[in-house]
This record gives sequence, C-alpha cells and structure tokens, in this order.
Amino acid sequence: MKTDKTAVKKTRKTEPKEEMWLLRLYVAGQTPKSLLAFANLEKICKEHLAGKYEIEVIDLLKNPQLAKGDQILAMPTLVRKLPEPVKKIVGDLSNTVKVLVGLDLRPRRLE
Amino acid sequence: MSKQNKAKKPSMAGLTKCPTGIQGLDEITGGGLPQGRPTLVCGSAGCGKTVLAMEFLLRGALQYNEPGVFICFEETLEDLTKNFSSLGFDLNDLIARKKLAIDYVRMERSEIEETGEFDLEGLFIRLELAINSVKAKRVVLDTVEGLFAGFTNESILRAELRRLFRWLKEKGVTAIITGEQGEKTLTRYGLEEYVADCVITLAHGSTEQVATRRMRIVKYRGSLHGTNDYPFLIDEQGISILPVTSLGLDNAASIEKIPTGIPRLDTMFSGNGYYRGSSILVSGTAGSGKTSMIAEFINAACRRGERCLFFIFEESPAQIIRNMRSIGIDLEPWVKKGLLRFHAARPSLYGLEMHLVTIHKQIKEFSPGVVAIDPISNLVNIGTITETKSMLTRLVDFLKTGLITGIFTNLSHGDSLEETDMGVSSLMDTWLLLRDIEINGERNRALYVLKSRGMKHSNQVRELVLTDKGVDLKDVYIGAAGVLTGSARLSQEAREKAEAMVRKQGLDLKQRELERKRRILDAQIAAMRTEFESEEDKLKKTISEEKLSEKVTEQDRVDMGKLRRADK
Repeated sequence: MKTDKTAVKKTRKTEPKEEMWLLRLYVAGQTPKSLLAFANLEKICKEHLAGKYEIEVIDLLKNPQLAKGDQILAMPTLVRKLPEPVKKIVGDLSNTVKVLVGLDLRPRRLE
Repeated sequence: MSKQNKAKKPSMAGLTKCPTGIQGLDEITGGGLPQGRPTLVCGSAGCGKTVLAMEFLLRGALQYNEPGVFICFEETLEDLTKNFSSLGFDLNDLIARKKLAIDYVRMERSEIEETGEFDLEGLFIRLELAINSVKAKRVVLDTVEGLFAGFTNESILRAELRRLFRWLKEKGVTAIITGEQGEKTLTRYGLEEYVADCVITLAHGSTEQVATRRMRIVKYRGSLHGTNDYPFLIDEQGISILPVTSLGLDNAASIEKIPTGIPRLDTMFSGNGYYRGSSILVSGTAGSGKTSMIAEFINAACRRGERCLFFIFEESPAQIIRNMRSIGIDLEPWVKKGLLRFHAARPSLYGLEMHLVTIHKQIKEFSPGVVAIDPISNLVNIGTITETKSMLTRLVDFLKTGLITGIFTNLSHGDSLEETDMGVSSLMDTWLLLRDIEINGERNRALYVLKSRGMKHSNQVRELVLTDKGVDLKDVYIGAAGVLTGSARLSQEAREKAEAMVRKQGLDLKQRELERKRRILDAQIAAMRTEFESEEDKLKKTISEEKLSEKVTEQDRVDMGKLRRADK
C-alpha cells in the first residue's frame, strides 16, 4: 500500500465530514463506460459530499505511465486518495450502494 | 521423440518458431515456441514455471536480441531480482539496458469494490506501455490467475482474457502464460481454453525418495513435438532438459585401438586393445578386481598423455589411490599433472538427471579422452530401472558422439552374472566378466571376455592375479578336477616344470649316448684306416721293390747282351 506523506489523521468509520475528499477517476479515453462513470460520480459526490470533494479525471490513454503508480488494472477505476486509506472502486459506478460502501460513505438515509 | 531434429526448417508453411535458448527445449519442440502466439505453461507450485518463463525472456534478450516484458502478479520486483540473481541473471542490468521491462501488478480484494461494468483496459494500457518502452518481442504473464484472486466477476474476466490473448497475437509477441495446476483441468481456472496454441506442463515428483522434475508438451498446434515426459533440472544456469538430441544413433566409429593397460589382455583382443570411443563394461561380483582393471586402463591412458575423468559412486578418491597403490598402480602423479580428475558422489546425493548434467558439465570442461564410472549398478537405487537405463543410454550416446572411450563397472550378483540389472549390456561394445572360482578351499579370480564387438577376441578364460606390479593375467589349466587356478595352478605349473626337466634330462642322456657311439665309430674307423694305411705302405713297398728288381734284371740283360756282342 502506498503511504501518503500528508498529515491527515486516519478517518473514523463514521461521519467523515470535515476533511477534503480527493477522488481520482481513471478512464481510458472517452468511452461510454467512462462517461457513465463520470456522470455517476458527479451525482454521488453532489449528493453525499457536497462542497468538500475534488474530482480528478486521468485519461490513461494520454498518460499510460500513471497506471503503475496506483496499480490500476480495471477501467474505469475510482481511487479515493483522500482521506486515507486509499480505496479503489472498479466499474462504471452504477451500483450506488456499493460505491458508497466502497468509499466508506454511509448514506444519510441508512444508519 | 522429436523427429524435428534433422529438419531445421519450419514444419509447416507459416509456422515460425521462436527459439527459447533453453537447453533441450528447442530440441523437443522442434525449434522453439510458436512465434507470435501465447504458450501456456502450467504446473503445481514450485515446479519451475516462473524460472522457465524468466529464462525464456532473459535468453531472448541476451542471445537473440529480443527484448521482453515480464508482468508479474505474484512477486515484487525486489524478490524477483533476488531470486534470479541466484540463477546467475542480473535483472537490474538488463532493465537498465532496456532489454527487459518488469511490471508488478498487485491487487488486493479488500481494496477493490466492483460496482458495475468494467473491463481490464488498465492492464492492456500498462502492457502496451511496457512493450513499447523496450520494443519487446517476448512477453510473460506470471501468473495470470492472480487476476481471479482480485476480481469476482468471472465472466468479465474471462471475456477480457480472451481479448488479451487476441491482443497479444495482434501485437505479434511470443507470450508465455503461466498457470497453477488445477484438479481436473490443466489449470485452475481453465486458461487452456484460451491459450490453445501450445501447452506445456511441468511436474515435480519423487521417485525412490529422490525428487525429479518432468516436463511434457501436451499440445503444440501445427507442429510435431516430442510427446514424452522429459526430465529436466534447474541448476545455477537455469533449466536444462536433458539431451535428447543424441538419440539419433549416427555417431562415427573409430578404428583406432587403445591399449587396455594389461598387455596380456591386449593380446586377447587380437592385438591392441579396445576401440577408441567404444563402451566397455567390466562386471563382476564383489571384490573381483573391477576397479583395478579400470585403474590399469587409466594408468595406460595417462601415460599416453590422455586426460581421464573418473566418476566414483562408492569410494573416495583418496581411498582409490591408496588401494591401487597396493597393487603397484600409482595414480597420484597423474592427478598432480592434471591428467586425471576424480569426481566422487553418493548416488543418493541428487537425482539421475542431476548426475547426468554433472557428468556432462565435467566432460565439457575437462575434455577427457577416457571416462570411467565405478560403479553404475547403484544408480538403480535412485530411479526406476527404465529411468536408469534411459540415463545410461543417453550418457553412452554422448560419450560416443565425442569419441570418448567409456569404461564402466557393474556389480553383478552371484546367480545372474551374465545379466545386468538394467539390461545395459546391449549398450556396451565390450563386456568383460570377472568371476570367482572356488576350488580346493580357495577362491581365485577369473576373467572372461563375454563379447567384443568388431574384433576377434580370445574365448579362453584367464586367471586374474593382482600382483605388486599391477594386474596380471595367467593361463588357467584345465585339469582332471576342472579349471585350476591359484594354488592348484601353481602346483600344476610346478609339476609340469618337473616333467619338463625330466624330459630334458632324458634327452640329454640320449644325446650323450649318441656322441659316445659316434666317437667309438670314429675310433674304429681310425683304427681300420691306420691298418689299411700300413697295408698300403707294405704293398707299395713290395710293388716298388718288384719294379726295381725288374729294372735291375732288365739292365743286367742289356749289360750282358752288350758284353756278349762286344766280344764277338
């Protein structure tokens, strides 16, 4: 696992509301899957992380060498870089529940 | 058995092969792996799949100038580098020289959440990057089943794998895919469905408590290939599959003969000894003098300046030198001069194939003219009879191809003296049997020449005696009690000597008798001659007197006549 040098303290499993979320979406060009993933991601972020998220989209077709760093295999992959620990979510993000579980974001409705 | 050895051209139009550079593999595949296609290498843990794949890449980079890419799903780069430096390959250097690119793909199930449709384009991208970075022609994926550990959606995975192999084919790279052995299928996840061009399995088994590795080409589309199980091993230089090339039986035969070291034995072979490059088996029961015979042969060879390699499976070199010194053969000076090299090991130290490789290596390094192996019979303890025979066949073939004379000893058992455990007597050109003959309360050694291909040999039994001056062969007597050896022979010899003496004395006597008679005869003749001479003298005297008196009478008559006429 990559260790980040930032001084962010480890997130607790509930109420990660104060930190800034850095999300990186790795895509391979403008495919339907990647467009769908981006759209889904935006929707989820607006709903659950309003105001404190940042989405970076990395197109591996343009920058293939970046795949190694985060160990990207599947496309599209969403990597939660911040807060730690790093989490990877694979797929077009259509399954919202799974995305939330993967990002460790409890939806406001289910406690 | 590969029939491709003689034809170096591709077996069918369009099927080019990618030479691996791995010793023996190119021979059994008839040139190498299919070019531009994926090959599946499967086997259980620890069989050597990664080594095979790595060596394929490394030799490609070093020997055939084909850079390669290694995608590793299991070990880290540091681990790989460490493991391969133990085999003598410096990965870092190759990476620096852009001959090799290694990418370590790691995924952990706990990190990954699958949320919908995805594909493995990331893997393709990384692969493409790596291939382009070194312009690779060879690719290894070790082991692609690692993907199944990371992702749960098998249908996507399988579709992507199919796409991957098609993609590799389009790229024109020769790829090796490794896979773990499955229970009922060749690989755990059934990769063989996708990689259908060439499939090789590796196995790691244990026979008689000695581990052996085996390789088998299960399938090779579009090519003839060896179909048997080939034993192989992994040593400091990588994988070696042991030489199947020499099973063609087309070695030259020399007509030069070399002395056996025992002059009397040379004469039993109608002149000058064994043929160079032939194989000689000396078999016999325990203590019958087999090693001594080898020592004499080696001694003679070293004296001629030929190098000898002596493999011992039972004693230590020091022991052999000491034992041979006791019969007057000193091998130590040859060792010092570098003409004789010993190599001793217990058979159970490693498996048959390792022994064969060791022998090959030593022969390549030392280039001997003579190789001796003492004994070959305890090699059956580390393998089955068929395996041992196969190994010995290959060894003898290897020696013959190099025109190296091989001499082997075999311990035989009392009741089956004219057989060998492994039936190897048919490999041998000359077979000497040493046997004990027990008679009159003592045992003596006898030597029989059972066969010697290509030359006349004596069919007489000889007694083998170990004297202070080496091995000697003596005639054996067939007496009333059968074959006589040892003390019986000595007494017989003494008796014959005595008889000879008596005969000689008799002859002398007769000779003297004859002399005497001649002398007597001579004396008699001399006496008679003397008598005759005296008679002759007398007779001559009488004749001359008569003649004189006749003359006088004549004269008187003349004188008287003259007188009478004068007076008238």
